[in-house]
Amino acid sequence: MSDAATQAAARPKAGGFSIWQRLRGWISNPWGRPRFLVLVTWSYVIWSIAPVLIAIQFSFNDSRSLSVWHGFSTRWYWGDPIDSVWHSADLRGALAQSMKLAVVDVLIAVPLGVLLALGLARWRGRGAGPSNFLMLFPLVTPEIVMGVSLLLLFTQLLTFVHTGTFAQILGHVTFSISYVVVIVRGRLFSIGTNLEEAAADLGASPSQALRLVLLPLLAPAVVASAAIVFAISIDDFVISYFLSNGANTTTVPMIIYASTRATPLPSTNGIATVILLITLLSVVAGVLVYRFFTRGESGRGSTIDDVAGFGI
Amino acid sequence: MYPRWLWPVFALPGVLWLLILFLLPFYAVIGVAFGSVDQILFTPIPAWNPLDWNAGYVSQVLGDLAPGGVYWDVALRTIRYVILSLGGCILIGYPVAYYTARHASRTKTFLLIMLVLPFWISYLMRMLAWINLLSPDGYATRFLSWTRTSDLLLHMHVINDPSNYLSGQSFTVILALIYGYIPYFILPLYASLDRIDRSHLEAARDLGASPFRAFLHVTLPLSKTGLLGGAVLITLPMFGDYYTPNIVSGAPTTSMIGNQIDLYFHGGPQPTIGAALTIILSAFLMVLMGYYMWTIHRASKELPQ
Repeated sequence: MSDAATQAAARPKAGGFSIWQRLRGWISNPWGRPRFLVLVTWSYVIWSIAPVLIAIQFSFNDSRSLSVWHGFSTRWYWGDPIDSVWHSADLRGALAQSMKLAVVDVLIAVPLGVLLALGLARWRGRGAGPSNFLMLFPLVTPEIVMGVSLLLLFTQLLTFVHTGTFAQILGHVTFSISYVVVIVRGRLFSIGTNLEEAAADLGASPSQALRLVLLPLLAPAVVASAAIVFAISIDDFVISYFLSNGANTTTVPMIIYASTRATPLPSTNGIATVILLITLLSVVAGVLVYRFFTRGESGRGSTIDDVAGFGI
Repeated sequence: MYPRWLWPVFALPGVLWLLILFLLPFYAVIGVAFGSVDQILFTPIPAWNPLDWNAGYVSQVLGDLAPGGVYWDVALRTIRYVILSLGGCILIGYPVAYYTARHASRTKTFLLIMLVLPFWISYLMRMLAWINLLSPDGYATRFLSWTRTSDLLLHMHVINDPSNYLSGQSFTVILALIYGYIPYFILPLYASLDRIDRSHLEAARDLGASPFRAFLHVTLPLSKTGLLGGAVLITLPMFGDYYTPNIVSGAPTTSMIGNQIDLYFHGGPQPTIGAALTIILSAFLMVLMGYYMWTIHRASKELPQ
């Protein structure tokens, strides 16, 4: 009862919206159940985003400082002839390397993962169980274990694969496949087999049923997994770091890592901002295409589920 | 309707890829860890035949990890950091996930976007942001000393130098670990809290339970899967983390077990010791990995076929 009473006291009187009354209600019961949660939640949201916004702000700083603001400038993006994102060979090279790895990763991991998801979802043979187990393993293996094991594979066992871009691509695909499988398999289970069976009843051959019925239905999951693979590849530090062989295989996360151990310049924040923009653009594009493909579908496919699903 | 051979053939390329580039690498680690070392060049001489295995290096590292060994402090520190960070994640993350799932109505979509947003921001950039904030004249440093929080932290021996957060402060490393991993904890927890049927809670309240008792006996047990899943999901990478302590501290007094492994591959001369450490870490984490894979497996079985 006292709970209801304090809530009534906290609510402004009918007709008069008064911040003062709200404040008094707050002070009289600062630990009221929902208020404590509101406070924690919004503090968390601000705490989780503000540092990144400040980091973006300082990429536009008109001095070398990353902690004292000297006015707005774009010199760290292209003005500075040596250290800007546009002019520094290191930064441009890292940006190109990150993009190259992410694009090739998407091109290899998505088809492999879609096929594997289809196979694992419907294969009922003896090897299906162990294969399923093998597929889940990379999702839970700490990156350093994967990095060490791939490095030792390429330097001790399969020595014809040297460390470098090719090894980095192999590593990125290896940790990406399982994400594709999990996303595509979820979609496979939710669409069921009814439509394919209907197509077969109406005379479709197996290859027609696959191409004309199943593939279009899988399209949203394919798009979602492509966006996620792109983002985790761009974000990856450990695998790229363990499999790199020098300056020409340096990625953006490696540049950021190296600069934090020395004295970072605002151009480091600049290149991080560029990567952030690229990732967000790819996610927005992914969400838009996803919603285009799932338009008219009823049930769980609300915006909220889509948004949450994109954060797997 | 489809030929029976079709699905195994579809699965084949992916399975082969994982066998060669995921499972075989583990064998490479085992071969190196149980191999020997060239006494002049210090390069590893791997032993691929199990009959030639030499457990000398692995047992040497195991001894180093035991009380009194050279890695004992590092191992203990790793466990302490992970437990404290996990505790911080639960304390902050549970109320956030609970509020978003249960109470947020108009703001729910916005809050969800904010909870997912960190997933799309590079981990390294989020660490870089804290480097800027905690530098000697950074915003966070000035805020902490302006609010006298730094004095309080100093007084409580949480930090030992209020003007230097970025070298050898456990406080900063734990803060960074929480900041880095908490999004991965909140989302599965949110999902499990959001799935709880409200009629269970109404039943508990109708039967006379206080809000607190209803939470304790209904909501908490029903969110157990998400809570444990999220906890394991962040615990595993935290045990293998080396870049977070390196970025925000870089001092040997805050190094974790991952830093030791990294050291043997980037700078140190002996990959064999690094491989032995990797194997021991994997074996230690196997229980957690098994648990998590079992929950994923079970969840995928519950999906309508």
